Amino acid sequence: MKPIRKQRLGLILLMLAGVALAVTFALKAFNENLMYFFSTTEVVEGKAPENTLIRLGGMVVKGSVKRPGDGMTVHFKLTDFNKEVSVEYTGILPDLFREGQGIVAKGRLDKRGVFVAEEVLAKHDENYMPPEVADSLKKQKTTPTRMEK
Amino acid sequence: MSIIPAPVSRFFHRMASPPIFYAFADKLIPWLSLIFIGLTGAGLYLGLFVAPADYQQGDSYRIIYIHVPAAWMSLFIYVLMAICGGIALIWRMKLAEVMMVSSAPIGAGFTFIALVTGSLWGKPMWGTWWVWDARLTSELILLFLYLGAISLYGAIEDRRTASRAVAILVIVGVVNIPIIHYSVQWWNTLHQGPTVAKAGKPSIHISMLIPLLLMATAFKLHYAIAVLQAAKVEILKREQNTQWVKKLIEGNS
Amino acid sequence: MNWQEFFAMGGYGFYVWVSYGLCAVVLILLIAYPVRQRKRLLRQLALKQKRIQS
Repeated sequence: MKPIRKQRLGLILLMLAGVALAVTFALKAFNENLMYFFSTTEVVEGKAPENTLIRLGGMVVKGSVKRPGDGMTVHFKLTDFNKEVSVEYTGILPDLFREGQGIVAKGRLDKRGVFVAEEVLAKHDENYMPPEVADSLKKQKTTPTRMEK
Repeated sequence: MSIIPAPVSRFFHRMASPPIFYAFADKLIPWLSLIFIGLTGAGLYLGLFVAPADYQQGDSYRIIYIHVPAAWMSLFIYVLMAICGGIALIWRMKLAEVMMVSSAPIGAGFTFIALVTGSLWGKPMWGTWWVWDARLTSELILLFLYLGAISLYGAIEDRRTASRAVAILVIVGVVNIPIIHYSVQWWNTLHQGPTVAKAGKPSIHISMLIPLLLMATAFKLHYAIAVLQAAKVEILKREQNTQWVKKLIEGNS
Repeated sequence: MNWQEFFAMGGYGFYVWVSYGLCAVVLILLIAYPVRQRKRLLRQLALKQKRIQS
């Protein structure tokens, strides 16, 4: 093949690969977003499958974070302000992980109904402000921190 | 064409002539550069020194001053390319073709910045470099659309035919733009909702909003400078056998 | 505020400065590359013109 034709063929293959990749990503995102995402109420009501990799979203219950033993393992409860689920996690937590924070945990439900997380991600809201402003807002009891939809 | 005011249409007709556009770009670039440097200086100073730390994210939130303007640019440039593509397909206007193909690498650059800075922000805050959520995935697809436009243009020899092919690709890809913008509302994403681009008051403190808007404007000027520079090259390549380019070269040497 | 504190960015220095550094590199390249390309093209065209004339 002439070099210029080879170059053209390469470009076409590259474009095909790009389209294939894009479609794969789209499907992957679609799956992860819709198929396996559960709220704490759904888990308590038994709608989530046992021992299958799912994602669980909710807010960390105030006062529920405990670190028994070496400190790498964390126990806490997640809530959607209706039902609570106990979560176990061993590993490094994101800096935004704190009580009252919205998080998304990836993991499996075990037989006891405890969610064993493999990954804990913190979700933050769209509000940006200096700490002093946040404090004064809190005092007025109109904290803008909003739970996810 | 009575909907377009006469001076505007006269301006566009003049600009449609490559030598006039080339000279116009030369005159415009120094002024744009001056404003760009001023805005960037002010934006960086206010964003990095004056603006306070965030109540939740501390100083890490300062990535917002490049991440959000870059992400806005990635959408803005794509829409511009699609408009130019439409003009190129309908009116066969050469300058629209030039602007469209010259914009692609710049759009890819801004998309790349948005993705990487988002990743560098996500690691400390969310706890992960990357997650396959709808916002991040659709932005990655945008990068592939830009790269596709660049390689498609490179694959076809005749510049005018190539431009038309790119225009079709870009116009088809426009469906991705609303998907990116509304992804955080349509799907359950890790990425938070819009802060500024929404109905009602932006949920960002004024001391942080001002540097953000300054940087966003500075990025627009950067695009203007970069696209004019790239358009000059593209025009020279297309017009290299014409009389005015020959005169330009004689004047240079 | 001292400079050390400024560069530390409250412990997020790495993430913030890599972001800003990378952004600067890309923005500079996006302008420098077409400028270099145009200079090279003009040089090539001038050479070609000279060859035709002589």
